[in-house]
Order: sequence, then structure tokens, then C-alpha cells
Amino acid sequence: MKVPEQIKRLAVVLFVILAAVLLTRYLIPASVVDPRVYRASSAQREVSKEIKFAGATTCSDCHDDINTKKKVGFHKGLSCETCHGPSVKHAEDPSSGKPFAPRERKFCPQCHEYNPSRPTGFPQIIPTIHNPLKPCITCHNPHDPVPPQVPRECSACHAQIERTKALSRHALLECTTCHSTPTRHKQLPRSVKPTKPESREFCAKCHDTGASRKDAPKVDAATHGSRFLCWECHYPHMPGEA
Amino acid sequence: MVYPYLTGLVAGAFILASLVKVFNVEEVRPTYRLSLLTALAFLLIAPLPLQLHLGHPLRSYEIFLTPNPTSAMAMFGFVYLWYLMGVLVLELWFEYRRDLIVWSREERFPMSLVHRALSLFSTDTSDAAVAFDRKAIQVITVIGIPSAFLLHGYVGFIFGSVKANPWWGSVLMPIVFLMSAIVSGIALVMFLYMVLTPLRGEPIDMRCLDKLASYLFYAVIVDFSLEALDFIHRLYQSEESIHILGTLIASKLFMSLLVIQIFLGMLLPVGIMIAVRLFSVTAELRKLFYFTAIILIQLGIFATRWNVVIGGQLFSKSFRGLTTYKMEVVGIEGLITALVLLALPFGVLLVLLKVFPPWRRAAA
Amino acid sequence: MDKREFLKSLVVFIPAGGVIASLAKQAGAKAPEPAYQAKNHYYGMGIEIDKCIGCNRCVEACKLENDVPQEPFFFRTWVERYTIKKDKSVVVQTVGLRKGKAREIVEQEDVLRSFFVPKLCNHCANPPCVQVCPVDATWSTEDGAVLVDKNRCIGCRYCIQACPYGARYLHPKTKTADKCTFCYHRVVRGLLPACVEVCPTQARIFGDLKSQASRLVRFERLNKIHVLKPDLNTQPKVYYAGLDGEVR
Repeated sequence: MKVPEQIKRLAVVLFVILAAVLLTRYLIPASVVDPRVYRASSAQREVSKEIKFAGATTCSDCHDDINTKKKVGFHKGLSCETCHGPSVKHAEDPSSGKPFAPRERKFCPQCHEYNPSRPTGFPQIIPTIHNPLKPCITCHNPHDPVPPQVPRECSACHAQIERTKALSRHALLECTTCHSTPTRHKQLPRSVKPTKPESREFCAKCHDTGASRKDAPKVDAATHGSRFLCWECHYPHMPGEA
Repeated sequence: MVYPYLTGLVAGAFILASLVKVFNVEEVRPTYRLSLLTALAFLLIAPLPLQLHLGHPLRSYEIFLTPNPTSAMAMFGFVYLWYLMGVLVLELWFEYRRDLIVWSREERFPMSLVHRALSLFSTDTSDAAVAFDRKAIQVITVIGIPSAFLLHGYVGFIFGSVKANPWWGSVLMPIVFLMSAIVSGIALVMFLYMVLTPLRGEPIDMRCLDKLASYLFYAVIVDFSLEALDFIHRLYQSEESIHILGTLIASKLFMSLLVIQIFLGMLLPVGIMIAVRLFSVTAELRKLFYFTAIILIQLGIFATRWNVVIGGQLFSKSFRGLTTYKMEVVGIEGLITALVLLALPFGVLLVLLKVFPPWRRAAA
Repeated sequence: MDKREFLKSLVVFIPAGGVIASLAKQAGAKAPEPAYQAKNHYYGMGIEIDKCIGCNRCVEACKLENDVPQEPFFFRTWVERYTIKKDKSVVVQTVGLRKGKAREIVEQEDVLRSFFVPKLCNHCANPPCVQVCPVDATWSTEDGAVLVDKNRCIGCRYCIQACPYGARYLHPKTKTADKCTFCYHRVVRGLLPACVEVCPTQARIFGDLKSQASRLVRFERLNKIHVLKPDLNTQPKVYYAGLDGEVR
């Protein structure tokens, strides 16, 4: 059988294309087409990127004095560069200049300004009320931040609870009526904690029928919701709202 | 954005062309060559918007050198090339080969050489050779239809396989893309046929036009049902993303989706075509109706692509809150570039029509 | 070896040889530390929601360490503030970058609860971004980081779309996809990622899942852990403790 002319023509075209493809395939260096080669080189590029933050352990090599102080204070979890910024240049060559040192009032509120989304218990202030215009470091040493004076009032730290309680029927009760608070709680708020009421009998001292306090609403402690603890239904800082 | 629209037109035009050869639909024969050339013109321009979208257009060759086998996009380059070289160009060559030879013998220097070169210096015009051409075209078309489905269904898959985006991630996406491609392709060929034929002072073949219109009608119905199915399915399943998608449709996409895509681009043209079928209308009026309908359909399909591509990027990945799309007027991805890209295929088509005049059949 | 094969290997060898030589040179320069073996490590990160104070130190440190553009909208890591109102509607804001300027904080009466969620690339074990990259420019390392080769990336943005966490962005200078690397350059030298380094409350924990002594393994043991969008089977390696159900 005769091969049609069209096939011959197309075969030539196909051959030219194939030849070109094969040629380029062999001319292209492996660094372009071989994953093993180009992966290694791009990983290497990634690894050899410049480091800007020296890391916490580097600083204490020289600044041992500050570190000793810092590591027992409330800022013990902070890395130096959290506040002082990237300092690898200074670490490699101390004469090249000092790292950034925040002294302005606007710096600390980045963490310590009151924000309802922040976890409760995290120390927060309202900058417009809290000693306005004074730089924070005039009263607080950032390497060992403690309140300049031990707070007298619970509300200094527990402001939200204080505000809630002030509007409630318990407004006139002292915090210490229910929470006996060791003095050391003011210095070590997390490790020394105030007590909390533990049993139904505590509330019953005022609220049981026949209890001595006249102005408190009364229930029969023996029968009223006997399976539960009082604060499972009544929030003590805002009682009455069951 | 422009890209899926263009490939849609390609696939649609090609499928129309294949109707003639595979299913022997004699009525639409006058548009056979036109639709092949249209498909080629649009296919040649289609990758351009993609190229311009890249951060590094000059690196796009990597898609052929180091394709990632798991990437839906990596295989695109190969599907595209296969369709361009293996299907479209080959079919055109077989279709025009004999004419090219005959033309080149009659013509003078520049054109005769162009035509001779395009025929790959082939000389055989015997009946046996022409019969072989016809056979080859049949075979290519049979391969070509699934290829055209692949090309555009594939574009749909690139979007439909993104699980991160609930607006895109849908099994129906490839089929919806494909059907809307067929719709827009037929509408485009109809448009070109209705514009070019009177320009050459020839009468429009109403039998052909009616047949095209009925294909268009069925395609729109299928496309509409598929899209409706997609919407209803999402609505009924009512997954988490329904809230953000609902907000999206009610606010940012209200105009382009509900008004342009569904009402102007689907319901209105379908209504027009039903009206044309129900009431016997004169040929002149029919032309007018058809013309309005296909313009509306083109507008609608363009809005479809807009809604998919832009709509998919209008909400945040946390499904909370919408983002905004600001269209640039100038710049590499701006409005002007988009308009130029949309106009470019018509320019290419003009050149192709000069080199391969579809209406000039060489005498035997 | 015949002539053709010799020529072929020559063509392959010249550029490849250059790469190997430069590798050797760089490795030699930092010789003192023991050679880093990627196969002995597998990194992940833990995030404790209840400790995050939304101070944005991590975001700023990340930008400095990794040359992320300073403008907002370009982040390798960022912090979201979730506010769930009493009508159960959810508001998400990205914590702003403007230093010093008082952030608008109003104690709204209708807030039910509110908290911060630090986010970053999850370095998924089954990463959709790697799956979709057409040119093989992004990949998972043996030690569990997902990296981008910015010399190969063609800037098609498909990975940016495919990431369910919005962790990737197109770098305006290089015009390539950019994302968190777990500070790969620091980690392989035994340093912590910059965000973990500066976090004042240890809300971020970085560690090696292959080491029983690692802080991350301890974190996983002591907390109830959740990951973002587990239904997508991306298998993230950023683990959250105390994550709220409203977070996506």
C-alpha cells in the first residue's frame, strides 16, 4: 500500500519537533530540571538567610547582671529582644552600637493597656488614668517590674470584679468577707492565693432562715437546691441574678 | 479572569465545528470553517492573560520543564499544547490542504508562497489524497471532541478542586464550565456569521441560523439546569459556608450574578428563543431576535466567569467578612489590558480569515 | 563511556558541580556546629490561646526577621481578635500594626467573650499549596517545614488560593508567593523562630515532634489540642490549646 503524501509531510514536522524537544532536554542543566539538585540549592538559600534576632541565651553571656535580676521577676519569661528589638549585630560586635531601648510611655501599653480581649489576671492599666504623661520607667524597673507600692485595694488588680460587685447587692461587703487574703498575695499574686468559700454552709451563715443578719434574703439551706453549691446558680459578685 | 472566558469560546466553537463532521449536521456546514478559525484565533490568545497574571511571566516555561504531577494546573500546559497542535492545527491543515495547493497555483508571489508553505509544500490533489484528508478529519474530530471537553473541563477542575474555597470547590464545576463554554462558543460563531456574511454581501442561510439557534437553546437549557442544580445543592446542604456565600450574593455579586448572569444572560435569551419558536416570525425579525439573544448570552457568560473568579476571592478565608476587589483601569491587569485581550482574538481572526478564507472553495 | 554520554554528563555536571561546590564552601564556613540532620527532626508549633495578649510583638519580629513588607496586608504571621457578641455574632479583626497609637478599644456592653488568635502557616503534613503548585516551587522539607523556592516560583497565585488558612501572600517586591518558614534559617541552627523568641507570655511554643524532651511534646501532653479546619484533612502542625469553636 502506498503511504499517503500527507503522512510523509507530517512525519517530517513531527520529527523536527521531537528532535528539538530532545535536544533541549539534554541541553538543560540538572540544576534546572533535577529536583534533587534544585531542592538542595534552594534549601541552602533558605538556610543561609541573615539572622536578625540573636536569641535570649546570647545576651546573658555578657549581661549576666541584668539577667540575674530579670529571671526572678515577673518579666522572667520575656526574651531581651522582645523589648530591645533585633540585636544580632550588637551581639557579634558590641562596639557597633547599642540595641534599641524603649523609654517612652507609649511602649509598655502595647502589652499592658487594658483590653477586654486580654486574658483576665494579666496586669493591665488604662493609660489615660494611670499617672498620665509619666514615662513608665520612672516608677517601674522593666527588668524587675513590681508595683512601686504594694496595692492597698484589691481593685488595683481585680478591677473588673470590683466594678461588677459595686453594682450588686453585695456592694457593701468587703472582699475579705469571703476571701481571706494572706499579705504575701500582694507580692506573689500567683503563688500565694486568697481563699475561696468551699461549702454551702459559708453562704448559709447569712442566708439561712434564722441566720442573724437581718437584711440578707433568707432560704432554708437544708432544702433549697440541696444538691448544688450556692455559686453554681448565684454569682457571688452579682447575686440575685440566678 | 479573561482566560476562562476565552478558552470557553474555543471549546464551544470547536464543538460546533465537530458537529458537522462527526454527526453530519448538514445545516451548519456554512459555519464549519469559520468556527475552526475562531477556535484557533481564540486559542492562540487565551494563554496571554494567564502569562500577564504571573508574577514572573518569563519563568512560565518551567511548567514544561518541571511540572508538578499533583498539580491540577501543571498539566494545563500539556493539555493546551495537545489541543492546539494535535487537534486544531492538524484538523485545519487537512481541511485546507487541497485548497491551499490550488490557491497557490493561481496566486502571485507573496500569497502563493505563504499558501505553499502552509500546505507544507504538499502537491497531491488526487481524489485518493482528498479522500484521505476527509478520513483524517473524521478521526481528528473524534479525538478532538473529548480533547475540547478536556481543555475546558480541565479549567473548571482547576477551580473546582480548590477545597479551601467553598465558592469554587464543587464536583459540578468542570461540567458547568464546559456547558457554559459550549453556550458561549455557539453564540460567538453565530455572532461572527451574522456579522461577516452581510459584510461580504451574501445572504444569511436561515436554515443554518435556525439550527444553530436551536443548539444554542438546548445548550443554554442544560447549562442553566446545571447551575441551578449547583445552587440548589449548596442551598439545601446548607453547610457552614452558606452564610458567607449568601452575604456575598446578596451584596457584592447581586448585580453581576442575579441581574446580569441569571436574568439578562439566561432567562431573557431563553424567553426570546422560546418566543421565536412559538410564534412564526419573519426571517428578518428572527435575525434581530437571535442577535439580541446572543449578545445577551455573551454578556451573561462573561458575568459567569466574573462571578466565579472574582467572586471566589471576595471573602476572607475565615469565612467572616467580605473583601473588596478594586479594578485598575490601567496597568498590566487593569481594565484596558482586559479589553485589549478581549479584542485581540478578533484581530487574529481577521488575519486568519485573510489567509484561510473560509468561503473560498477552490474549484476542483 | 561513549562520546555522547560523556558530553551529556559534562553538560549536566558543570552547573551541578557549581552548586555542590558552593554548598561545600558554605558548609565549611560554619563547620564547628555538628552537621544538621533534617531527618532527625520534625517541627511543629503550639499556641495557647489563653496566654496571648494580642501585643503583636510576634508580627513585628517576624516582619523584621524575614523582610516582610511593613505595610498591613502582608503577613507571615498575624494575630486576629475574635469578639463574640451576646447575639452570637462574631467579629474578627486583625490586630493593627500602628505602633503606639491607641487601638480603638471600647468595652461594648454586648460582648459575650473576646480573645486573640495568633495565626501563621500551619506547615500541614498534607499541604494543599504543595499539591497545586504547577512548577514544583514549593515543597515539604524532611523536617516538616513547607518552603517556597522564590527562584522557581512563577507567581501564579494558585497556592495562595489553595491555602485554606490565608497564610500565603504575593510578595510585592519579588512577585513570588511568600509565607512563614518556621524561620527555617534560625531553626536549623538551634534558634527559636523569631515570633516564639519574642513572645512575652509564651503563648507560642516551638518544638521538635521527634524529640520526647521537646516543649511541644509536653505541650501536647498537657493540653487538649485542636487544629484549624481539621475537616479539610490538611493535617496542620500548628496546634492550638484552648481554641474557641468559633475560630476558623
